[in-house]
Amino acid sequence: MRREGSPWHGLGVVFLKELSDHLTSVRMRVLEWLVVLTAVAAVYAAIQQIKDVSAEDPFLFLRLFTVSREPLPSFVSFLAFLVPLMAIGLGFDAINGEHNRRTLSRILSQPIYRDALLFGKFLAGLATLAISLIALWLLVIGLGLLMIGVPPQGEEMARSLIFLLVTIAYGGVWLALAMLFSVVFRSAASAALVTLGLWLFLTAIWPALAPAIAQGVLPADDPAVPLIGAQMLARLSPSTLFGEIVLALLNPTTRALGPIYLSQLQGAIPGAPLPFSESVMIAWPQIVGLIAGTIVLFVIGYITFQRQEVRA
Amino acid sequence: MSEPVIEAKGLTKRYGDAKAVDGVSFSIARGEIFGLLGPNGAGKTTTILMMLGLSDISDGTVRVLGHDPMREPFSVKRRVGYLPDAVGFYDNLTALVNLRYTARLIGIPVEERDARIVESLQRVGLGDVADKRVGTFSRGMRQRLGLAEILMKKAEIAILDEPTTGLDPQASAELLEMIRSLKRDGVTILLSSHLLDRVQSVCDRVALFQSGHIALMGTVGELGREVLGGGYAVDVEADGEGLKAKLGAVPGVRSVQDAGPGKFRLLAESDVRAETAAAVVNGGGRLYRISVEEPSLDVIYNRYFQGKSAHGGLRDAA
Repeated sequence: MRREGSPWHGLGVVFLKELSDHLTSVRMRVLEWLVVLTAVAAVYAAIQQIKDVSAEDPFLFLRLFTVSREPLPSFVSFLAFLVPLMAIGLGFDAINGEHNRRTLSRILSQPIYRDALLFGKFLAGLATLAISLIALWLLVIGLGLLMIGVPPQGEEMARSLIFLLVTIAYGGVWLALAMLFSVVFRSAASAALVTLGLWLFLTAIWPALAPAIAQGVLPADDPAVPLIGAQMLARLSPSTLFGEIVLALLNPTTRALGPIYLSQLQGAIPGAPLPFSESVMIAWPQIVGLIAGTIVLFVIGYITFQRQEVRA
Repeated sequence: MSEPVIEAKGLTKRYGDAKAVDGVSFSIARGEIFGLLGPNGAGKTTTILMMLGLSDISDGTVRVLGHDPMREPFSVKRRVGYLPDAVGFYDNLTALVNLRYTARLIGIPVEERDARIVESLQRVGLGDVADKRVGTFSRGMRQRLGLAEILMKKAEIAILDEPTTGLDPQASAELLEMIRSLKRDGVTILLSSHLLDRVQSVCDRVALFQSGHIALMGTVGELGREVLGGGYAVDVEADGEGLKAKLGAVPGVRSVQDAGPGKFRLLAESDVRAETAAAVVNGGGRLYRISVEEPSLDVIYNRYFQGKSAHGGLRDAA
């Protein structure tokens, strides 16, 4: 059975309305300030640290993102923590909010499909994330230029640009997850709690749990097997994937993201940086994994939403 | 009656084994006000959602303006306005901005948009509060804003789900008057309600729902004749010789009851005031007062389901 008309009809209208809602909402403003203030504090601390201990470093600019100084964590750790929070804040009441305001059936009685409503909301959330993160990225670059006084090389810019895109994709995973729960749960509070709970579990508990599970389940004849198994399990968490990508992109000396045999290191020059394209290749499976996770979560939410009754 | 704009045949909605709507058939002519009446949970809203293509149809067919709402939802939704039960708007936006969003979803051209919005807001009496946030609106104002949305859409069919529920008597009277004015514009109106007496006055025809079935359908007068035996009650105050027999002989009168000295209550199939007056005067009697009481849907509904509940124990009307 073929439906009449395009599923994207009205997508732009929904997108613009949701984007303007996000950008003017108090909730978003609070989250944005939280992210900006903490991130800038982290970068400022990193700059102090670089000034104190800086030796000859070919990738001085990338240290802005990764170096930390007690008691503050580094910029990337802050992002790994705050981007999911922001994405969940954007998505947890996307659909159940429409239900509870009793606007859903009125909007869907207009000539648009549910596809346009859900996808428009997702894109608006992603665009809000992207706008905030791009602004933050520019802020960090500018602060670095002013305070270190060393211009970044082209390769450093390329690496940090890919890092920016990956951070947006990382936000996309949590946004898709939050929107999925906003479809499943009729109450916005339940959706927010479940999403936050899952985020805490995947970020804080799962990486510690994965080795235990791997050791219990896999045969330990070869000590490498549980080790690799644990890493595979840990990679089910988007936080692990994001951490690995950051490691490969922002530390050019990273040669592998998993355990390697000594024989594989033969002929390698320790401490020598990899070219940009090689670093991206190392992180490529993780990048694809993040994007695929976003798509899978969105599709599950989409199917659930299509089958749902609209009546309140 | 002109051509039907909505035609349902054997419309059925199943949730698992339970049937929310079970083989409902009706047809609505252009320009008519059709009432779907019945208690909450009788299947009215489900029927409406199926007509709009917002809920899957388990069995049967429905045609709205000649289109199948499942296969051609845009053709249906472009020409049908829907006011849901307890309609909601975005509270943080003004009335104008709320309607602008819908107008863009409908695809009203930019140059017409604001003029049409302002005109429809004025028609429902919200012209002064167009720039106020909807969060400050009362329930009656939200319902009127919902009607303004239908006006703005220039819909050919307006489907109103429980439009007067939760409104005070004055607000609901105003809303019903607006519904009548929609009809004068040639809009076909389908409205659902569990408040029988309140919507009775605006409906041309009604269908009484009970547990997913249409129990009764027709004009209020027809239902009155069918259920009460005589749709109209005529009260007469007169005196004269053998008046009761003379009144009973008037064509159309089913029965005559004494209602006090010199007072009679006639149950008739139609409005027989003129014939009754003639009968009194021609019989040499003196007529003091004559009045007619139209059948009330409440009475019809209760009487019908009292008759049924003796066998099946059905729920009472709301």
